[in-house]
Amino acid sequence: MSYSMKHLKTRVCSTLAMAVALGLSASAQAELLIGFSQIGSESGWRTSETASIKAEAERRGIDLKFSDAQQKQENQIKAVRSFIAQGVDGILLAPVVETGWDQVLKEAQKAGIPVVLIDRGVDADESLYLTKVASDFVQEGALAAAWLAAETNGVCDVVELQGTVGSSAANDRKEGFESVIGNFPGLKITRSQSGNFTRSGGKEVMESFLKAENGGKGICAVYAHNDDMALGAVQAIKEAGLNPGEDILVVSIDAVPDIFKAMAEGDTNATIELNPHLGGPAFDAINTAKSGGEVPKWIKANGPLYLPDTAAEEYKKRSS
Amino acid sequence: MTSLHTQSGASAQRRIGLPRALMQRQWFAPLGALLLIIICMGLVSPGFLSIRVVDGHLYGSLIDVIHRGSSAALVAVGMAIVIGTRGIDLSVGSVIAISGAVMAVLISETDLPPWLIILAAVGSGVLCGLWNGVLVAYLEIQPIISTLILMVAGRGIAQMITGGQIVTFHGEFFEAIGSGYLLGIPWRVLIAAAVILLLWLTMRKTALGLFVEAVGGNARASRLAGIDSRGITLLAYVISGVCSAVAGIIIAADIRGADANNAGLWLELDAILAVVLGGAALMGGRFYLGATVIGVLIIQSLTTGILLSGLPSQYTLVVKAGVVLLVLLMQAPGFRRSMAAVLRRRQHED
Repeated sequence: MSYSMKHLKTRVCSTLAMAVALGLSASAQAELLIGFSQIGSESGWRTSETASIKAEAERRGIDLKFSDAQQKQENQIKAVRSFIAQGVDGILLAPVVETGWDQVLKEAQKAGIPVVLIDRGVDADESLYLTKVASDFVQEGALAAAWLAAETNGVCDVVELQGTVGSSAANDRKEGFESVIGNFPGLKITRSQSGNFTRSGGKEVMESFLKAENGGKGICAVYAHNDDMALGAVQAIKEAGLNPGEDILVVSIDAVPDIFKAMAEGDTNATIELNPHLGGPAFDAINTAKSGGEVPKWIKANGPLYLPDTAAEEYKKRSS
Repeated sequence: MTSLHTQSGASAQRRIGLPRALMQRQWFAPLGALLLIIICMGLVSPGFLSIRVVDGHLYGSLIDVIHRGSSAALVAVGMAIVIGTRGIDLSVGSVIAISGAVMAVLISETDLPPWLIILAAVGSGVLCGLWNGVLVAYLEIQPIISTLILMVAGRGIAQMITGGQIVTFHGEFFEAIGSGYLLGIPWRVLIAAAVILLLWLTMRKTALGLFVEAVGGNARASRLAGIDSRGITLLAYVISGVCSAVAGIIIAADIRGADANNAGLWLELDAILAVVLGGAALMGGRFYLGATVIGVLIIQSLTTGILLSGLPSQYTLVVKAGVVLLVLLMQAPGFRRSMAAVLRRRQHED
């Protein structure tokens, strides 16, 4: 909530400032040309990220050149080079891998074009890009733990469904969660295994947790690193004759449409959105840099926590 | 080759008596390994061995093993037959994704009766098998490459069918396939057992199994002997396609949704491993359906047992690989020879 308020305020402020300062050159502002190199459309989340950034550009009257790299770094490098050749005012880059960007980032820097990294970082010197606009996975995990601590008064035996071993989302979401539950001696992770971010993985792991913990009697909550594993776990809990959302609390991260349906039906209790609305902060950063302002190297754009009370409404909004 | 085997086997039997003769059996090593693994898992986490009746059905980790293993067993027996023809089918995971996608989309967007939807999903498996079979048998492209095409493209096809999303569905009939029980036994286990039994009967109670092995042993010689080697090869890939499609139905019914990105991902490797654990050579000419199923149960007991033991996730794959290596060593001729030599030396010293 506070995020969107702040967001609104900055947007109002910047619009006002723009209207006053650029009264005469308003047409020049509308001509702002920005290139956006997207990874591809491998997941529903990425599709909505693309849609959100395009909509934000349209709202601001920005001319957005969009390029879909179909999961290939060479396509992204080609796209960035063609943006440079077109003399764009800024580049948004959602990098498919972390390494191998130094050269093309240097070329952009030489041409004086700010590059904003979207939703992922790169392994290159910080001076080569303007900023990174991305969620902080550690913060997501911490928020999930904070909600759970409040919900259970700090007493709960949690089982954890980890993401793919070694992925940054899994490592950071685990770290954030553990950092918060460390404050509550009664709140601990009793079992933790990888469900590989998939529904069937979440279901299979949860089945074994239920068997290991006396048919689920020893489990107070499930913390899943993504919604799909939570949805798998919900089925496993139901098949063990328990009531997910009541007998065992379920909290997860991502806010995919299906989790809102489950939440509206009372099967899960909370989800934290992996924010796809990264266009606003990214364009703001480019504007700030153009007017000579300072931009932090990581703009954390975390999404809010959703609870069952708004779930039905959110599901309708997201599934249409 | 075959006759040589039997001769040495028979003479060995005469020489060393019953226990050793038992050890020469195809299924002995895998079955022994399976029992050993189950016992070890039971020692690590005692809950592993307990089977109870909950809500009128069997409940326990060992039930989970056959429950979870049923889809992999289907894929693996199909793979065993293809490997028997000196082929390989890398596309099984993608066929799983396709049949699941066909099923999920038909359930959620049409009012077709369940049997027609099942038929359509199995039909997609037949088509995939025909595609592979024609490439391998008639166009004579190497099996690993022909099926690699569908392995890569198939997942794309499945994603096209589902529109890139996880398509979820509801329906009593399909939920029963995924997690229902008949007389306390999971439906999916019964389905897998029925398909595998049917395959075993057609392969071993008719000459078909022998034809498959003949084609795998020497395609040209079998053709000269009057076997339609191309037809047999084609049939093997169609069987594999159908087995994978049925597995795809079970997997989609399990999570009540078709996950085109992840359904059956890397299952081709588990299936090939199960065939090898069952004692078959990738060079073809031999296949063992029963031993392959034991191979699947070995892999699945490991997975389920490790999950139950609470071993940290980052170690599970290494432990799994280590145990699999041990089981393979038990069957490797070179390793067995050197172990036998060590034993003999011990006996001489005694």
